[in-house]
Amino acid sequence: MSTVNLVYFSWVRERIGKGEETLDLPAGVVTIADLLRHLKTLGEEYEAALEHENVIRAAINQEHVDHKEPIAGAREIALFPPMTGG
Amino acid sequence: MNAPVTVRVQRDDFDLNSEVAKLSAGRADIGAVVTFSGLCRDEAGTLAALELEHYPGMAEAEIERICREAIERFSLEAATAIHRYGKIMPGENIVLVVTASRHRQAAFDGANFIMDFLKTSAPFWKKEHLGDGTTGGWVSAKDADDTARDRWTTK
Repeated sequence: MSTVNLVYFSWVRERIGKGEETLDLPAGVVTIADLLRHLKTLGEEYEAALEHENVIRAAINQEHVDHKEPIAGAREIALFPPMTGG
Repeated sequence: MNAPVTVRVQRDDFDLNSEVAKLSAGRADIGAVVTFSGLCRDEAGTLAALELEHYPGMAEAEIERICREAIERFSLEAATAIHRYGKIMPGENIVLVVTASRHRQAAFDGANFIMDFLKTSAPFWKKEHLGDGTTGGWVSAKDADDTARDRWTTK
């Protein structure tokens, strides 16, 4: 079991219904892809937010990572849609 | 040589002239300054405002990474990038990029490069508020922005 701080932005935040939370992750959640799969088991709001996994972007400790990235040692993991700044 | 980078993420507006003046103050080696500013459009009168959400901390860090890469790649003498968040009305500023170099091409290319990467990798999201008082939803990312970014790597 490991504990991780999660932050959500834009419509990921709106659909999940919160901007941040701290979760205990079961063993077996090794990568971002594993994390997304795990979150989708937590309720329909997570399923709605993460339905299209391929468009979800992730950052570990405020740096972009892809879904294969291991999450061990992460202080903060962010999940959000493609960015639309500028 | 360590070219100075200034990055700010702020609610308030910025002033082009004062940012250019700050960047070039006391620098007789700079021969070219390019500024790009991005403004909020009203989308033919339908848009009342944009609301910009950002990831505090990462937004600044990511823009700084992009500016440092531009400095390295184009041998810029200095770079400034300012991005606003919160509610922004049509006609107001959203983003400013200022680049400085010895000769003009590097400053032009550097500003272009910074904007292309800023749009696709700096953590900001725009939500539309429409003139009829409803929320228009989140702006979708454009493939054209990915294409613009990728031209810097596929050359």
